[in-house]
Amino acid sequence: MSTGPSPATAPASPFGRFVADAAADGRLVVQPRMGFGDPARMRHGLERTRFAAATTVGTLTLDSYTRLGDHAAVRRALRAGLPLNGYPLVDLPAGRTRRLLDGLLGPDFPVQVRHGSARPAAIVKAMTRAGLDATEGGPVSYCLPYGRTPLRESVDQWARACELLTRLVPAPRLPHLETFGGCLLGQLCPPALLVAVSVLEALFFTQHGIRSVSLSYAQQTHPGQDEDALLALRRLAARFLPAGTDWHLVLYTYMGVFPRTGPGARRLLEDSARLAVRTGVERLVVKTAAEAHRIPSVAENIGALESAGTAAELAAARLRDGRTPRCVPPADSEVHAEARALVEAVLDLSPDVGLALRTAFAHGLLDVPYCLHPDNAGRARSVVDASGRLRWSSVGAMPLTADGPPGGHEVMTSAGLLTALNSVALRYDR
Amino acid sequence: MVHSQHGLHVLVCGGASDAHTWNLVCLQLLLEEAGHRVTNLGPCVPEELLAQECLTHRPDAVVIGSVNGHGYQDGLRAVRRLRREPSLAAVPVALGGKLGVDGVRDAAAADALRAAGCTAVFDDGDLAAFHTWVGGLAGHSAPTRTTADLGVRAGATADLGARTRATAGAPTGGSRA
Repeated sequence: MSTGPSPATAPASPFGRFVADAAADGRLVVQPRMGFGDPARMRHGLERTRFAAATTVGTLTLDSYTRLGDHAAVRRALRAGLPLNGYPLVDLPAGRTRRLLDGLLGPDFPVQVRHGSARPAAIVKAMTRAGLDATEGGPVSYCLPYGRTPLRESVDQWARACELLTRLVPAPRLPHLETFGGCLLGQLCPPALLVAVSVLEALFFTQHGIRSVSLSYAQQTHPGQDEDALLALRRLAARFLPAGTDWHLVLYTYMGVFPRTGPGARRLLEDSARLAVRTGVERLVVKTAAEAHRIPSVAENIGALESAGTAAELAAARLRDGRTPRCVPPADSEVHAEARALVEAVLDLSPDVGLALRTAFAHGLLDVPYCLHPDNAGRARSVVDASGRLRWSSVGAMPLTADGPPGGHEVMTSAGLLTALNSVALRYDR
Repeated sequence: MVHSQHGLHVLVCGGASDAHTWNLVCLQLLLEEAGHRVTNLGPCVPEELLAQECLTHRPDAVVIGSVNGHGYQDGLRAVRRLRREPSLAAVPVALGGKLGVDGVRDAAAADALRAAGCTAVFDDGDLAAFHTWVGGLAGHSAPTRTTADLGVRAGATADLGARTRATAGAPTGGSRA
């Protein structure tokens, strides 16, 4: 793959190395979002993931009480045998998690811990005790959309988490950290802001000692705009990340309201796999057809991994024999210009990326549309235009120009918002 | 946004463990379109913070939206905390959305919530009933307002939880507990 991972020179995190090797071999890595409270079911899920007919990495998604640091509630649930909505990594003995991973976790099957916490120190300590070294999140993306933790505190907590990871993962292994910044609020965030926050969070990680990172982006409403965004993300990562950083891109299958029909859900998933391949993205986090209704089973997760893997393989073959052209970066796409303007405006505020991020949100230079967090300015608004592209109807104080449809400063209505939220699901269910 | 001078001041929030935002944004817009003024505290509001904000803002009504399946547990804690404040003993409190993890309506849970002090419970995001309820409240302070005035749209009355549910709101374990 083009300018991303550099297997020959980059330092070795097991996760980054696995993805780089697959990319060098022309294979897209696919990953589920799987998490179960019961260790036996969790192990079963990881086993099935490892042996699925696709190039896979494993996922250990934690429960929402652990995310909030409500360990009393986790222990109550464990004592009472109540079901949890993810794996309670912190409140189970490290030995139990080591047994769960025994014979599965290794250089040919890395496992990533997914959690959603703005205060991840306890999670980092527990995962490294259990022999795990890859996780994801970020000071902005795991703070603003998910609760009320002040951004200042999240920035401090994430700096500490990075430092803990570098200290607690034993040499020669290195930790791997993925930004969640490309997924803010899941839908209706114009791509330039997603790209910019992803780049800034990756910079924040490297500034705090992490040498192997991945940068996320979530599939949005228009394939052409998504291509521009992923190419811009690669260009900006290459430009801004320090030399010697191992990095790759990760695409998330659409995270908004999902198609309700099986065929619609499957088409959207396969489109995300094809988007990843033609833009040179190295890893894809999938969704399942069950997603619109409930938490997917292990079998449904495996089905999604294999569908995505097959779609990716076919798309890669078509690229190799020239039946479809590989995306080449345009001279300067709108998404790239906007994302670069945002990154540069933030970096101008302070050489300390954490402080720059805090100042940027305080001044509204970064402003997540519809995000209700007290530290978000809340003046930016987005719309889906007639072509299906995400546009800014209002940019607040961001160094951008509103580009919504003419007269686009009108107030968003509840009906308009519901239409926008459901636009992708409706298109694929048709 | 133009507010009716008879509109209510409604405080909107998510449950303590519920990270979903889109349902709260939609609720705010629906209420504002009906002429009410909204203070939106956003997702993951612990009951203590909710009580403090209610004491500060003195809203005419409190609306707690839930999508993650913890509506019953979170709602019970929230309403009990509010009712412990003498000055909040009478403020109307509504809870709506997905109350449990199994996706079916649970009359016993709704009864328990009412017994704990909820004024109204809208299981499975029944927006038409919610509009009627808010209209009734507004009617007490604005006798000219009727349900029809609230601009309920057929397209907007479908299950709000389903139509705003996105995994982005719940990084852990999917959309429900």
